[in-house]
Amino acid sequence: MLTGNMSAAWGARVADVDYVAAYPITPQSEIVETLSKWTSTGELNAKFVNFESEHSMITAAGAASLTGARVFTATSSQGLFYAFEALYTVAGWRAPILLVNVARGVGMPMVLQVEHGDVLAARDSGFLQLHAETCQETLDFILIGYRLAEDRRILLPVMVNMDGFTLSFAREPVEIPDKSQVEDFLPRYSYPRPLTGDEQVAYAPTMTEGVPYTFFKYQMYAASIEAKHVFKQIVRDFSRVFGRGYDVLESFMMDDAEYAVVCSNSYSSIIRAGVKALRRRGVKVGMARLRMIRPFPREELAKALEGVEAVAVFEQNLAPGRGGALYPEIVEALYHMPEKPKAVVPFIGGLGGANIGPEEVAYMVRVCEKAVKTGIVPQHPTLLLREDDWSKLRESLKVSGLPVEKMGVVHHV
Amino acid sequence: MSEQTSFKTLRDTPISEYLTPGSPLCGGCGGEIIVKLALKALGPKTILVSVPGCLALFELYPYTSLKTPMLFAPFPAGPAAAQGIVDGIEALVSKGRVSNPGVKVLLLTGDGAAYDIGLQATSAAIHRGLDFYYLCYDNEAYGNTGFQFSGSTPLAASTSTTPAGSGLRKKDLFEIWRAHNPPYVATVAASRPVDLLRKFEKAQRFRGPKLFIALGVCPTGWGSDPALTVRLDKLAVETGIFPLKEAVYGRVRHTYIPRSRKPVEEYLRHQRRFEHLFKPVRRDDLIRQIQEDVDRYWENVRE
Ligand code: SF4
Repeated sequence: MLTGNMSAAWGARVADVDYVAAYPITPQSEIVETLSKWTSTGELNAKFVNFESEHSMITAAGAASLTGARVFTATSSQGLFYAFEALYTVAGWRAPILLVNVARGVGMPMVLQVEHGDVLAARDSGFLQLHAETCQETLDFILIGYRLAEDRRILLPVMVNMDGFTLSFAREPVEIPDKSQVEDFLPRYSYPRPLTGDEQVAYAPTMTEGVPYTFFKYQMYAASIEAKHVFKQIVRDFSRVFGRGYDVLESFMMDDAEYAVVCSNSYSSIIRAGVKALRRRGVKVGMARLRMIRPFPREELAKALEGVEAVAVFEQNLAPGRGGALYPEIVEALYHMPEKPKAVVPFIGGLGGANIGPEEVAYMVRVCEKAVKTGIVPQHPTLLLREDDWSKLRESLKVSGLPVEKMGVVHHV
Repeated sequence: MSEQTSFKTLRDTPISEYLTPGSPLCGGCGGEIIVKLALKALGPKTILVSVPGCLALFELYPYTSLKTPMLFAPFPAGPAAAQGIVDGIEALVSKGRVSNPGVKVLLLTGDGAAYDIGLQATSAAIHRGLDFYYLCYDNEAYGNTGFQFSGSTPLAASTSTTPAGSGLRKKDLFEIWRAHNPPYVATVAASRPVDLLRKFEKAQRFRGPKLFIALGVCPTGWGSDPALTVRLDKLAVETGIFPLKEAVYGRVRHTYIPRSRKPVEEYLRHQRRFEHLFKPVRRDDLIRQIQEDVDRYWENVRE
């Protein structure tokens, strides 16, 4: 049994990384603590360095990767934001590092538990993104992630996302692959023209004109698009070696589904339970869980949702002035289908680790049914707050002197 | 006390060049001389890290004036990028995947990065004992963006964001760096090339951070005649405004002590950024203040 954090640490260990760049942050710290222990005992033969900020940590990680060292790093939330410039930098350097983000809400106000406002804000940074539901996926995505990042057709950094608390501290049975298997799957890393002083290479000289700048930006885009196909090839290899494989998305009970919930990460386990419960009552509902967010698996999602009447999009992030970050991407993926779903309904929940349960899944499906019947799709995302949480919130607001009547409308189940 | 050195006179300057002739730096910029000499002393196995700043002009796609490999890093993160390169190579060497290449990593920044936005990263890199060379070309403002105020801008200097003259004194970066107790910190000036070469030579004896502040004569930002660059550089040294010194594990030694210091006015007069000290009315109060600061500094120098 391993926690999500331990699974990530094991992923780095079996990938035999050469360099670990570290900076602590809850709920990620257990990963770097574990790696620091293993590098000091020699269980992992890598150089481990404590940095003074995530900005430096990720910059150093990228630079080390250009020398030909396989690099691992991890962060979360505020740390990811502090390093934002460095994310774009290492992607632009084409440095294939692997970063585990342990998703957490973004202050202010501060919160420690999960939300995807952090990882999704980095969606356009050039990092490829794989989102894990389970501890096993976390470990496996690290191995797949390195292979993908380091592929000469790609050379882009990879971010593996796991949810803070709900996965980082959850214990699950995990199969730790053995060395020979990993060696079979993941070849030794080498960078095409490494920055070791032997070759005269100029990395990232300043552009004074838009045209070459466009060229290099487009190169990154093209590589990121290619990454989906390369991912599929890599996964074929992965299943040959390890006997398990992953598609860019998981379709659960989608075969004859009339309704579907699109979601990602650890809350999918709750949604899966909700879907099963509804199926027992004869409601034809399924779930499409995104494992890959960058590149966005447009075609696969459209295919998975073929024949569906209505789609509920469940997201754990809330952008002022917009709603969920993925909603427009999902709608766009469906736009070009010959037979589109009649409604795509946005829902937001699980912010800062707030709960949802199978009832919320039933609620989402009810709203979808209504949208299909009336032809009216809610413009704004519906907030999913559980009844007990709602009454607790009213209490806290009273204590803080903010009566709920003053708050405007909060949709809840 | 004379030390062993292969640089006795200017004739000993190595002939090898690691900067191609011509660069997009402004005419008369002192930066080119400094970097040219530093690279001569460090030799061919040098990897350069550069951050936004004037010296980044050495690499403008598709050209580079550098004959060494280079990496361009974010403004605050030059020391971290240097760390990544040093660590990456070290990790590969220890795993036997790269033979010990004896590579040196040289970080080039301006004062904006060194005094302001990159100070945290520098502090941490020194603290970690990073084996690298750091050269700050200190022109006392954000030169590359049009000469705005930085933590290095001296008292009374006019910049594009302190048009009436700065009311603050320059930060003492030498002392900030020295407080971290690195093996080597030094100041260098283009008008003293032998002193510069010796310092870069001496620094190579030490493992750990080797840090240099170079006087950054900047005709464009200072409003000085490009033809006067070396003269102005000399005046900065001779007036005592820019002391030439080094600190080995914290122990300071002045490598040149001007015997009779010229009045600061002689240095200030040649620069448009100090014009308001002389016109329309002479600001004796400010000139005196600058002179007193310099005098006080040298009063404390005992060698
Ligand atoms: S602005 Fe000043 S420091 Fe920068 S290149 Fe021009 S003269 Fe040199």
